[in-house]
Amino acid sequence: MNFDLTDERQMLQDTLRRFLTDRYTTQVRNDILSIEAGQSVEIWTELAELGVVGALFTEDCGGFGGLGFDLAVVFEELGRAGVVEPFLDNAVLAGGLVAALGDETQRAQLDEVIQGRLQMALAHGEPTTRYDLSRVNTTAVEKEESIVLNGRKAVVVNAEAADVLVISAREAGAVDDEAGISLFLIPRDAQGLTVEGYALLAGGRAAEIVLEDVTIPASARLGVSGEAFAAIEDRIAAANVAICAETLGAMETATRLTQEYLMTRKQFGRPIGSFQALAHRMSDLLIEMEQARSAVINAAGHLESDRVIRERHVSAAKNLIGRAGRLVAEDSIQMHGGIAMTQEYELAHIAKRIVMAEHRFGDCDHHLERFIALSAA
Amino acid sequence: MDLSYSDEEIAFRREVRAFLQDKLPPELSGKVRAGKELAKADYEGWHAILNAKGWLAPNWPKAFGGAEWNAVQRHIFEDECALAYAPRIVPFGLSMLGPVLQKFGSKAQQDHWLPRILNGEDWWCQGYSEPGAGSDLASLKCAAVRQGDHYIVNGQKTWTTLGQHANMIFCLVRTDKDAKQQEGISFLLIDMETPGIEVRPIVLLDGSAEVNEVWFTDVRVPVANLVGEENKGWTYAKYLLTHERTNIAGVGFSQAGLAAVKRIAKSEISGGRPLIENPHFAARIAQVEIDLMAMSTTNLRIVSKAAAGQAPGVESSMLKVKGTIIRQQINDLARRAAGVYAMPFASEAVEGTNAPLPDPLAAGPVAKQYFNNRKLSIFGGSNEIQRQIIAKTTLGGAK
Repeated sequence: MNFDLTDERQMLQDTLRRFLTDRYTTQVRNDILSIEAGQSVEIWTELAELGVVGALFTEDCGGFGGLGFDLAVVFEELGRAGVVEPFLDNAVLAGGLVAALGDETQRAQLDEVIQGRLQMALAHGEPTTRYDLSRVNTTAVEKEESIVLNGRKAVVVNAEAADVLVISAREAGAVDDEAGISLFLIPRDAQGLTVEGYALLAGGRAAEIVLEDVTIPASARLGVSGEAFAAIEDRIAAANVAICAETLGAMETATRLTQEYLMTRKQFGRPIGSFQALAHRMSDLLIEMEQARSAVINAAGHLESDRVIRERHVSAAKNLIGRAGRLVAEDSIQMHGGIAMTQEYELAHIAKRIVMAEHRFGDCDHHLERFIALSAA
Repeated sequence: MDLSYSDEEIAFRREVRAFLQDKLPPELSGKVRAGKELAKADYEGWHAILNAKGWLAPNWPKAFGGAEWNAVQRHIFEDECALAYAPRIVPFGLSMLGPVLQKFGSKAQQDHWLPRILNGEDWWCQGYSEPGAGSDLASLKCAAVRQGDHYIVNGQKTWTTLGQHANMIFCLVRTDKDAKQQEGISFLLIDMETPGIEVRPIVLLDGSAEVNEVWFTDVRVPVANLVGEENKGWTYAKYLLTHERTNIAGVGFSQAGLAAVKRIAKSEISGGRPLIENPHFAARIAQVEIDLMAMSTTNLRIVSKAAAGQAPGVESSMLKVKGTIIRQQINDLARRAAGVYAMPFASEAVEGTNAPLPDPLAAGPVAKQYFNNRKLSIFGGSNEIQRQIIAKTTLGGAK
């Protein structure tokens, strides 16, 4: 057994941590949160130049990483700094699906993504699908040389900034069949496609997308008709590894801030950390941190395993991180008292990132049920 | 033992309900139900409606223009108001300062200030906490030095709720630096228009602007605005805090919140079925509902005791701890129920769900409320302080 990072990943972690410590301060981030676009193009470009996007792709797509542990290293650092730029949506999800299913022409676009010049987003979930991956109501119908899409997509993160959208639609089967789902590469400004955007509570932006007779050439399809589900499930697994690692990083910041506060804040003439009631709570958080770290390692280490093993570890991690994250966020706020309730204090944003991560790709209940189902399989 | 309300109490509940149905403007209850921030005029309008009926000050004696209800009546009133989504009564003048003036104020102070609280001429805010004095309130530093007929006040207060609307603030100030902490504090009434006062808003983590910092630089306050005796302010402050803790359990808020969770879970679709049919989520709802049923009775037991003239002791601390835990659990469930639609930053939206085709902001501010209500276990004496009070009283060392 060896739990050390490889030299390359260690270097990536060091570089990224140094960059974010210098460049992505609370002030810079809070300024980004207040701008209309919800993300900084400048920061995005700089991080792309640093190779952070490339680290999320495998070598055959022009990247130099792309495995579970690469995602874990990058996203833990992003989470630690509370980064709101859309690495997950742009690179892991949309970019990842193009990498998995695209033909040579389609994959050529990934160079632009890796260099930070092109943004993408995945439009998969719909208003009535909650966290179910196989439920797709949006339809795609072939008409001569073209394909016509109709439907609606919900809470598509990064939709407005994306030049290209990866959109799922059903070409065959019942509404919740795994078979029959296809993915299409569609420009955001395609005719019949409307994007209605809004800010997200924990930073960044999302949109509702309506597709009304959106007509695209058959060459816009990613991979084989009706066979996209396995790739979608695989990339959502990768996204869950990423979001678990990101949450772990955010939890580290939350516990660090809380530890510091307990040692410096004085009431009744002594540091509040000297009160046993708070000291024991802090200890519990640190215990949960170790559990959370192991859950992320388990999931990242099994991302390249066979489906059932992979999904079981991913659901286990998402469930554990959901529980531990909520505890860390809530207890960190509580132990800080009022100061953590203020928007300008670092913990406020970090706590929101932690809690709202549960709302992407399934909360701890969803993944508990999934874990049970996968264990019975 | 009889778990039912008396005939008089039932009639009273009916009267309150009919009044709310008749007089509570639907646009106001709509705002409360949707979790929107209320404007100053919303609060003032509701106060005026209650005042016209003589119900604005349920706990005040009739002699001062109050309703003089007993604890059970007050509980029924608060319960019905919460269930009807009435705006909360702004407590600073009515529940906090009013009782203090009635017990410790001079006749002149009572005659001047109490009617103005009822008719809305004054909006009071509370100057208690300071950056360095939170749980350890007695360590406060904001200083008042007497110069002839005035006190000169210098210092800072914080977490001043709705201070942006207030024209008056009641403050705890230090008038004797050398005395024992609790024995050098006085209770002052300060006009917010006085030169040297600055109010700075604090934006909270959910984007709301409900609390403020209040800064005092050489602020001149007439000695006539001292309540009671100099350096006896801690006694009055403690008396005020016992009033702040009425309705501390917030059972009505929890009941309204739980109903909202059920509405969301009924229309949110998971696995093709309403989320409320999901055994796991149904269990979560049931668990909180079971706790709330018991909490409601715990609350009534303590309320009945108070109605019989027994002052609640540690029980109010117990109500605060358990009541706020339950309210926060309900906020957590609402957030969970909304699924992906909890993510938008919905500052002003109606509550709703993912079915059939929702407005993107339809789930409403459930996540915002979840974060905002983290304050419940922090303010009014944090839950750690409440536990300490319970422990001291039961394990010894209590005075």
